[in-house]
Amino acid sequence: MNNRTQEITAGTMEAAKLWAIRSIIRKNSTSGLNRDKLVEMILMLSAAIFILAIVVISLFIIIRGLPLIYKVGIADFLLQLEWNPTAGSFGIGTMLAGTLAVTLTALLWAVPLGLATSIFMVELAPIRIGKLMGSLIELLAGIPSVVYGFFGLIVIVPFIRNYLGGSGLSVLTGAIILGVMILPTIINISRDAIAAVPLDYKVGSLALGASHFQSIRRVILPAARSGIITAIILGMGRAIGETMAVVMVTGNSTIIPHSMLSSTRTMTSNIVLEMGYASGDHQAALFATGVILFIFIIILNLVVNLSLKAGKKYGAN
Amino acid sequence: MEYVKRRRLTSFVLLGFLLVIAGLVAGCGQQEVADKTENKQLSGTITVAGSTSVQPFSDVLAEEFIKNHPGVQIDVQGGGSSQGIQATVSGAADIGASSRELKPEEKSQGLVETTIALDGIAIIVHPSNSVSDITVEDLRNIYLGNIKNWKELGGKDSPITVVCREAGSGTRGAFEELIMNKENISNQVVIQPSTGAVKTTVAGDEKAIGFVSMASVDKDVKTLKIDGVEASVANVKNGSYKISRPFLYLTKGEAQGLTQAFIDFVLSDEGQALVQEEGAITVK
Repeated sequence: MNNRTQEITAGTMEAAKLWAIRSIIRKNSTSGLNRDKLVEMILMLSAAIFILAIVVISLFIIIRGLPLIYKVGIADFLLQLEWNPTAGSFGIGTMLAGTLAVTLTALLWAVPLGLATSIFMVELAPIRIGKLMGSLIELLAGIPSVVYGFFGLIVIVPFIRNYLGGSGLSVLTGAIILGVMILPTIINISRDAIAAVPLDYKVGSLALGASHFQSIRRVILPAARSGIITAIILGMGRAIGETMAVVMVTGNSTIIPHSMLSSTRTMTSNIVLEMGYASGDHQAALFATGVILFIFIIILNLVVNLSLKAGKKYGAN
Repeated sequence: MEYVKRRRLTSFVLLGFLLVIAGLVAGCGQQEVADKTENKQLSGTITVAGSTSVQPFSDVLAEEFIKNHPGVQIDVQGGGSSQGIQATVSGAADIGASSRELKPEEKSQGLVETTIALDGIAIIVHPSNSVSDITVEDLRNIYLGNIKNWKELGGKDSPITVVCREAGSGTRGAFEELIMNKENISNQVVIQPSTGAVKTTVAGDEKAIGFVSMASVDKDVKTLKIDGVEASVANVKNGSYKISRPFLYLTKGEAQGLTQAFIDFVLSDEGQALVQEEGAITVK
């Protein structure tokens, strides 16, 4: 019976192939060209819509935000520490400081942890455990940011308030939550970079008598350097752009944070906090904050491209 | 085989495209139907958008209105006072809800205001706080950053976590106007973006003080008396409790048809009873 089924399957397969070939020939010889044209046009249209979306959004943000930057002056807008939009003072200096403080603190702990994890996954972990960790990281990446924020508000904020002092709504809380959120980005990209280092490098290093750890430190990590830098910068981009979780746990005061327990406001928080009730110049100031964020992210992307190019030049990855 | 695969891919792309277009067309169609029926007697859809302080009232009022008029659908959205005002001007919402007075430049855009209720603003602290009375002067000094410890108000020796709403919020606007006397709130204070977030923060922090719409106060927080006056509906109505503000419904021009019917309902005895039940103060 098995043989019969196989025969039938094989027969069907053969018929299907013949049909496919015939239909391709027929299409190519008759209406094939028109159909190809049509599909090409649809694909091009999709691409055009995508580009249009980007252009429209960018233009919109710039048109709404730029006049206010002109009015206030770019230096004053960026460096003034007074933010009182309903009374006419528009300085996002404190938020620049807040964004940097929260982002850098998050990177400070998430980068070493993420890098160590990715080295472990590629170099040390048994394959099955490495795969399991991979799917756990996917899971971590899939949790919506508002859930992280809620967790932070309910668990980490009271913990910090009770054991370290202050209100618990602080740079430190934000950095802890953000760090967890950017771990998947850092781990995934640096893991791929490390895994892409040719096996010859490692084997050669071991053959020369280097220990496994020495090979990782002196050979594999330097060879994966540009990928690791990309991982860090993309993680940083995610941290700068993150909004919901940060709004919920940092307290949002417009001051330059003077300690890890001080409350602070990031640029993204500023937009989402005040958007609902803002009007006139106040609203323009929020768009202007968006313009600055936009520029930040563009610069980070450029750095990523440069580091990738540099990586290619030196032959690694 | 390669060709077959590619063809399958393109047909997927095509299918996706058709679905999107179909969705768009369907969406437009629905909109048209809704617009057409709106003019008929009490069936159709209206959208109420704006202040998150007014939202719970709109929800309850809309629910009751729909119960009486099954053909009607009322879409209640949040977004904030300013968004509500803008949506009304642009026509995206039939009724805009605002928990602050309109600014002159907003007034000039042909909006008609209807005050649907008054709301007191309650000063709230953690239930375990021993302080239960505060003067307007002390309250102002707390938000100016001059008073930093509960000890100065006769409470425990612990720093005060001052919680405030974001700039532009209707509740904050009323608080600034009635308490702050045109002085700026200190930038050291913790800012939370909604009534709920302020309440959650204060309910969880023994050292915190904040202010929220009186209607949303519950047993998780303790309300302070101001200059000895309890924050109660009666006291707001007789004017002895000083911190209150109006809840406004805005329409572009005079309300008509269904919108008119809904606003009439809100101002009727039945509607005002619901407003009172939810904790605000009736306008009549």
